[in-house]
Order: sequence, then structure tokens, then C-alpha cells
Amino acid sequence: MAVVGKAVKRKEDPRLITGEARYLEDINLPGMTHIAILRSPHAHANIVSINTEAAAAVPGVVGVYTGQDFMDVNPLPCPWPAGGPDHPNNINTPRALEVEKVTHIGAGVAVVVAEDRATAQDAVELIDVEWDVLPAVTDAEEATFDGAPQLHENAPNNVCMEWDCGDQESADAALTSSDVVVRQRLRNQRLIPNPMETRGCIAQHEPVNGEYTIWMTSQAPHVHRLLFTAFIFEVPENKVRVISPQIGGGFGAKIFMYPEYVLTTALSKTVGRPVKWVETRSENYIATTHGRDHVTDVEVGANRDGSITALKVKTYANLGGILSTVAPGIPTTLYGRMLSGAYRFPNIYCHVTGVYTNTGMVDAYRGAGRPEATYVVERAVDLVASELGMDPVDVRRKNFVPGDAFPFEPSNNLLNGLSYDSGDYDKALDMALDMTGYEDFRAEQAAARAEGRYLGIGFSTYIEICGIAPSAWMFGEGWGAGLWESANVRMHITGDVVVTTGSQSHGQGHETSVAQLVADELGVSMDQVHVQHSDTLGTPFGYGTYGSRSTAVGGVAVWRSLQRIKEKAKAIAAHEFEAAVEDVEYVVNEEGVGSVQVKGSPDQSKVVGEFMGIATSAAGGWSLPGDMEPFLDETSYYDPPDCTYPFGTHICIVEVDAETGGVDIKRYIAVDDVGKVINPMIVDGQVHGGIAQGVAQALWEGAQYDENGQLVSGSLMDYAIPRADLLPSFELGRTETPTPNNPLGVKGAGETGTIAATPAVVNAVVDALSHLDVRHIDMPLTPSRVWETIKSHSNGGNS
Amino acid sequence: MWPAEFDYARPSSVAEALQLLADNEDAKLLAGGHSLLPAMKLRLNEAPLLIDISRIEGLGSISNNGSLTIGALCTHADIAASADVQASCNALATATGMVGDQQVRNWGTLGGNVAHADPASDPPTVLVAFNANINIEGASGSRSVAASDFFMDLFTVDLEPGEIITSIEIPAHAHDGSAYVKMPHPASRYAVVGICVVLQRDGGRCSGAHVAVGGATVRAMRSPGAEAALRGSALDDAALDAAAAALKEDIANDLIGDMSFPEAYRQEMAGVYLKRAVRAAGG
Repeated sequence: MAVVGKAVKRKEDPRLITGEARYLEDINLPGMTHIAILRSPHAHANIVSINTEAAAAVPGVVGVYTGQDFMDVNPLPCPWPAGGPDHPNNINTPRALEVEKVTHIGAGVAVVVAEDRATAQDAVELIDVEWDVLPAVTDAEEATFDGAPQLHENAPNNVCMEWDCGDQESADAALTSSDVVVRQRLRNQRLIPNPMETRGCIAQHEPVNGEYTIWMTSQAPHVHRLLFTAFIFEVPENKVRVISPQIGGGFGAKIFMYPEYVLTTALSKTVGRPVKWVETRSENYIATTHGRDHVTDVEVGANRDGSITALKVKTYANLGGILSTVAPGIPTTLYGRMLSGAYRFPNIYCHVTGVYTNTGMVDAYRGAGRPEATYVVERAVDLVASELGMDPVDVRRKNFVPGDAFPFEPSNNLLNGLSYDSGDYDKALDMALDMTGYEDFRAEQAAARAEGRYLGIGFSTYIEICGIAPSAWMFGEGWGAGLWESANVRMHITGDVVVTTGSQSHGQGHETSVAQLVADELGVSMDQVHVQHSDTLGTPFGYGTYGSRSTAVGGVAVWRSLQRIKEKAKAIAAHEFEAAVEDVEYVVNEEGVGSVQVKGSPDQSKVVGEFMGIATSAAGGWSLPGDMEPFLDETSYYDPPDCTYPFGTHICIVEVDAETGGVDIKRYIAVDDVGKVINPMIVDGQVHGGIAQGVAQALWEGAQYDENGQLVSGSLMDYAIPRADLLPSFELGRTETPTPNNPLGVKGAGETGTIAATPAVVNAVVDALSHLDVRHIDMPLTPSRVWETIKSHSNGGNS
Repeated sequence: MWPAEFDYARPSSVAEALQLLADNEDAKLLAGGHSLLPAMKLRLNEAPLLIDISRIEGLGSISNNGSLTIGALCTHADIAASADVQASCNALATATGMVGDQQVRNWGTLGGNVAHADPASDPPTVLVAFNANINIEGASGSRSVAASDFFMDLFTVDLEPGEIITSIEIPAHAHDGSAYVKMPHPASRYAVVGICVVLQRDGGRCSGAHVAVGGATVRAMRSPGAEAALRGSALDDAALDAAAAALKEDIANDLIGDMSFPEAYRQEMAGVYLKRAVRAAGG
């Protein structure tokens, strides 16, 4: 009974549903202290002086510290400068606490350690900081203008880096000779990730051996340990153990090293007691990374037959006041290199300017660069359709990478040597159109318009780059480490199989999907498979969970260890039955029980329990081949040859309320091809959540700063995250095109929704208003913004 | 999310609560706590003493003796589910049923709601439309204030420091339909604009109309212009257009707005939602 491909219930869910799961907030250590951080109320200011006397005098306060107390701790590293090892990047990263100046509200400048949280908070309000407040700038393009406030001495005009890809000359030439050229400015607004659990950290220092144990909300515990040891504290790896307990969502924001983690860890040594910090929701809005925030000018050329001739993109990417861990890599490699979308654009050029502004740090947020790219591409295709008076479906088909063109390398070396693995873009589009009933929709739309009702349909025929790797390629892109994954598989004497992985699960269901893989490969029950992760003590090194890479990279490492175990089992059986290894096969029968047996001789066979017994008890005198080590225990490190390239079609149908500008999503159809599917229920769950977040960007979410750099949308009262009652039931379909790039055929499913959904919704709203000659509306498509658009275009039409 | 230190007292009678208020300057009354406690946790409000009135008997019931009397400690959930309220003031059942979410409605009280006077909250708009009176006890005795006078400005009401709201009274008002409709803010679900309409009919004509608006304005307020435009009309499209225009004019000097929903948009939507409210009220 194979379980791969089946919607098996998740092994994680009983502890989550019953409230038994242990999150960081649930952990309390004897003698533990608590901290409160004094954060800058100003977006741009010099620190003149800090007086901590009154705070230190509060009963229950253990100590009060400023940045001066941590000058022996290195600033946080930025291991992903844009554009490769030699490309110029003007790097500025945070310290545990800022010392001389702050460049965004929320930057920490002092900390109180106290016996309890409330006392720490009371005391922190008594710290007196003298500020020299400076003018602020929050818009990335404006920050590059002469005369704009300057944030960092090493970054003239606030430019962190310039980066480009593709071929400017050929793109310009193609635009000049195209039948039509459409130009549009697109704003991809700043988003605030809002995981249900905020960040936190507990650190304990053992003076006797200098070892730190750090519990933290981490999507990548091994990377955090690497950054702590090699870069920040300059201690060997074995002196730091990072544990990521149950994690309540991350969406990318928990990948990074943050000042609070460094501060908490440093303080645990300073005060000689465990230190706990748990972020409040208000702090989360100003101190955790944000996502997106691009201003883009797109030029797209096309000929009358709908074939697109060139795409030229110029983007200002807002990186915030100071750099988060991989900030420069997101709007460059993960954005520019994806601008061919699902299409054969013959000429592409993209230039990105990464800019410092007096805003919160910007880094990867679910999709990370790829939603921004997909938004540009899918809006550009619609703009061409509208300009040419063509059906947007026809323009897409006209430009699709055809099914027989894989592996496909986008033009102008856009992917820097990589190529799309496999795909059948027409097939996914056909299925989605079928599910939608597109044939009938246009008539329905026309009839509705006659009644004054504005119906619209929007398409997003997207691709993704997932399974982020390979290490050598990423090194060329500026990434300062590897991106392989690892797994150890051990078969224990009791018959259970334990998998330890360097990857991390914070909602993705790895404990289930990995168990499914193991159960089918070895022929054991899922109940016998235990997946351990998220503790650097006891798991092999891995780079963590993001970029839809855990199965496509980490899962393959598991698969490889399983193959080694099976090979060893075969060798044991061959020895037992005095057969040649080539004559022994590993089979899993219909009941799902694995065995090794001599080909054509089923009675010469050892089932799982038997060969495991031989391997584990060999030291006691059982028979193993002479040179074979006992035990079935195999570790693999896997570095793939290329990324994976999921694709699909999302279709959104909306009705726009002509009186209010309100947008109601009538239907949402998604056909995703994520390669081979291990657990369709888990994939559906990932798609559902992703669509909700993608729709939310299109309609509701958006961080707003005022001219002083104050975050106006600084709470859940002001910042609208998606809610179930605002969304229809999603209609999901799937095609399955395995990737040839890994033996499992899996591509990755964690980000499809956020990558695909946003342009589908915007395209639908613009389509609904197309009879008013509306071509574009910037996100979020709030009622007031849509209403203003309707009003201005209706008046124009009447005059 | 940790409030500053405060003292706590739990009186068992209104008289005892009034005495505590008299003896402790800057003390705050705690009822459901769903406006006060978040503000204290964010340290926007630091009360030295909380006087918890939530267990005072006699302030939590709904009675109907011609006029409808709702005790100040009645929760939104109590009111939304009350047959008496649904029968005589259905728009209030609708509005209280729209406050926050179920957990908020189970704790938040009507007395606390009107005392807080958030301009975007739903119940005040209905209370103004129905000519409700706010009954108040103080050291110098009791008094009653009309809702339209009670709500003075943003978070500002006619309530002295030593006073306690004991009940909200809605006088009998024969009507043929009422409705409360709103555009919710996508994040908070507070009203971007909320309209309450109470209609009296005489055959095909509207013989009387009360119109109140909230969310778009600094306080819940009546629109005499819209009421005049509806009164005597057949509630046809022309009358609704006229009423909407009058409403927009009436609120022109009292608008509020933010980056997502500017004043001008809210003003326009007040007109749109007036029409929707009239239709929802059966007009």
C-alpha cells in the first residue's frame, strides 16, 4: 500500500490541535530573566546621549545596557550581497544595539534586563535618550534624488547596489522595431509578513565551558548557528547549539539573523542567567523584516500578432534603513532572473537599484522576488493584450515556452546558465479554462455590463524558480555559503526508522511527507518513521526551509540515504543466501512490507525486521559480509544540478461594486503543477494559504509610512491581513509534470499561491473596468482607490 | 503588551463605585475591558486604579416596558440575541451583532461602548437614530442625556469624571422598518461608514424617517437634511438621490478620514450606504 501521492493525515496535527505543541513562549528556565528593548521612535536620528540611571534604579531590574556595552560583538553579517563575490555593494548591517545613529523606527538602542517582563517594560520607559532628529525619506526612488537625506556615509544617494541582467542593447533595439510598445509604472507595495507567532529568543550560557544554548524562532537553525559562530561571536560551532521549537509560521521572516537574537545571546553571558525575549505584535510590525516594496518602470514591445519582442524593466528596490541578512539577493537574483516568466521573450533587460530608506528592513517574504517578477510579467502581458485588442489568453499562448522546448534557457543568459526543467504550460491553462467555463464567461460579462455590473476575469500563467540551489550557481550570484541539504536515516533495533534532517518545518508538514517517502521506499509503516529536525545538536547541517526547497533538495537527501540503506540490505541478503549482490533485489509488497530477496526465488528473502536485526546485532556474532560495518545508518548531502520550475494557471473572477469600488472575488480557480506530489492534502494547504496571501496583497495589505518615516499601518487594526470570510472556496486542479532534475520528480509547492495569485486578481479588476478604458490600478486595490479610478474614467468618457 | 502597574477594586453596588470614583482621581471604570485594556497594554492609557463594575447586580438586564431599557453591562452578544431588542429595535441587534468578533461581543458592554465613543463603532449610530437616552448616575444624583447630545466629538462624551452610565433607554418609536448597514474597514472591521435608517410608512409614502451616520464622522449624528428629503416622498430613486445629497452636505464639516479611506470617499459612501440602508429597511 503505497502512501506517496495519498492525502495522509499529518503526523504533526494531534499535538497542534490539542495545544500540546511547545512554542518558544512555553519555555521557561530556572533563574530566567526577561528583557525589554528601547526602540527608536524616530526614523532617522543621531543618538546624542542615553541616560539609564532611573531605569537601573527600578526594583527588580538586573541591568540596563546600551550599544556601547556590546562593541566586542560583531555587526550582523550580510552573506548575500548582490551580483557575485566581486560586485560592489555598499553594505550596512545592524548591531545588537545601535550606537551612533538609527535609520528606521524600531531600531534598538538600549535594553533592560529584569526579573519579569512587566518590570523590564516599566524600566525601559524611564531611559532618557537625547536625539538629534534628522529628515527622513521613505520612497526608494526619491531617496536616490540629489538633496535627499543621506542614511549611510558609504552609500552616496542611498544606493546600496546597482545590478542588472539580460541585454540592454538588444532590448532597446527590439523595442524600437516593435509594432507597439507599452509603458507602465508598477508599484509592488511593501508587505508585513505577520506570522501568527511573533519572534523570540531564549539564550543560556554555561560559563564553565563557554557553551551557548539558544532557543529561537528560526526557519534555518543551522544557518543561525553558522552566523552566530563564524561571523558574530567568533566561536567554534560546537560552542553554540540552536534549537528551533514548534514554530508558528514564518513566511520567510524567520530565516534571518536579527539584532534581538544577538542581544539576547550576548546578555546571557553578561548577566550570567538565562535571558528571554519574546516580541510583541507591535514590535513585530517595526522590527521584523517586511517584504516587496518595488517601484518599477516596465516597457514591453510586441508585434501585431501578439508576439512579445522585448521586456525592459527598471526597478527601485527599497531595502529599508539597514540591511537584513539576504536583502540584496532578493530583488536581484530571485527577481530579475525570473522575468521571462512562462514565455519566450526574445529580448530581456532588467536593471535594479537597491536603495536605503528610513523604513523597516526588507527581505524575503513568501515567494521572495518571484512574486514581484511574476507581477511585472503578468501585468505586462495583459497590457500588451489590451493594447492590441487581443484576448489575454491568446497573447499568453502565443508567447508560451512550447512543451517541446525543454530544457529551456531564457534569452540573453537571463538565468545565468540554468534552464527551465520541464513543463506543459498549455495543458495547465487548458485545464483551468475548462474548470472556469471561459467560453461562457465573456457573454456573462457583457450581459452584466449591460445591467451596470462590472464582472472581470484575470489570468496568471506563472512559473516559479524553486528548490533554491545549486551551491556553485548561487555562489556566482553572491550567496556566501552553500545551498545543499542533508539527511541521516537510521534503522533502529526496535524496528523504527529515524530520519534527521538539516531542514526545518514550521507548518510545511515535513514530519508527514518525509515519513511517506520513507515508508514507501523501505516498506515500513508511517508510524514507524520519525522525522527529527530543528536542533543543531543531533541533526546534520542544512540550510533551512525557504524557497520551496525542503522536498526538492532536503527530500532528495533523504531519498539518497534510503538508497544506501537498501544497497546495504541487499549486500547483507546476498551474503546470507550466498548469492551475488546483482541477483538480490529490494522489493516492497502490496501490503507495504519491504524485503530483500534473491531474484526469482521468493523463499530466499529477509523482510525489513530480519535484515535490520542482522545489521544491528552483527556485533553479537550474526553474519555480515567480512568488511561490512554493522548498523543501517546512512547520511547524504545533496546539492542539485539546477533549480526546479513549477508552473500553472490561476484564474480569478471578480465583481467590482460600481458604487463603492469594492471588489468581491466570485471564483478563484488554480491549476498548479508542482511536479510529483507526495501528499496532495499538504500541497492543497500550501496553495490555499499562498492564494490567501497573494489575494491580500492585491486587495488589502500595504504598509504605509508618513513623511517622517512613522509606520502608520503599525497594528492589526490598521493593516489588513486576509480573513477566511473574505475569500471564496478555491477551486483547485493539478497537472503533474515531474522534474528530471531530481530522482523524486518533485518541484516545490510552498510559494505558488503568493507568486501566482496577486496578478490574477489585479488583472481581473482591470478587466472588469476595461470598458471604461482602465489599464492599470496600483495595489492594494482598496475600495477608495478603485472608486477613484472608476470616477475619473467615467467622467473622462462622458466629457 | 504589559500595562503599567495599577490598583484594582471591585465594588458591589453603584453607590460603592461612585464613592471609589470620588475618592480616586484618574481612576477608570472597567466593564468588559475590550477598549480600555488594549489601550493600557499599549501604554496609551495608564490608570492608577481600575474600578471593576462588571459584577454589580442590576446593570445587566434588558426590559421592555413600552420603552426598551438596556442595562449598561449588557454585552453586545446579549443585545444581538435579545428577542425584545429584535422586536422593537432590530437595527440595534444588527449593529451589536457586527461589533468585533464573537469573543469581543461576549465581553464588550454597551455601556462601555458608548462611554468610549469610538466614532467608527456601530451601536452609537443606531442609538442616535432611535433617540436613545443615556441614563447616568453621579454623586449629585441621576440624569438622562439624549444620545445625539451625549456623543460630542471623537472619543468625547457628556460624562463627568465621577459619573457612571447605568442604562441606555430606547423610547417606544412606532416604525415600519429599520436597518443598520456599514462598510467595514478591511483590517479592524470598524465602520468606514455606517448608516442607520428608521422608516415610518403611510401607504406608499414615507411619513417619517430618522437617519444617523457614523464611521465617516467625528461622532454619530443625525442628518436632518436626509430625513426631510425622505419624509413625504415615495422613497423612489429621486428621493434617495436627494436624501444622499442632503446627508453629504450635513456631514461636510464633521468628516474623518485616513490614508486608505479619505474624507471625500467616506462622504460619498455615506450617500451610497444611505440608499442601501433605506432599501434594507424596506423602503
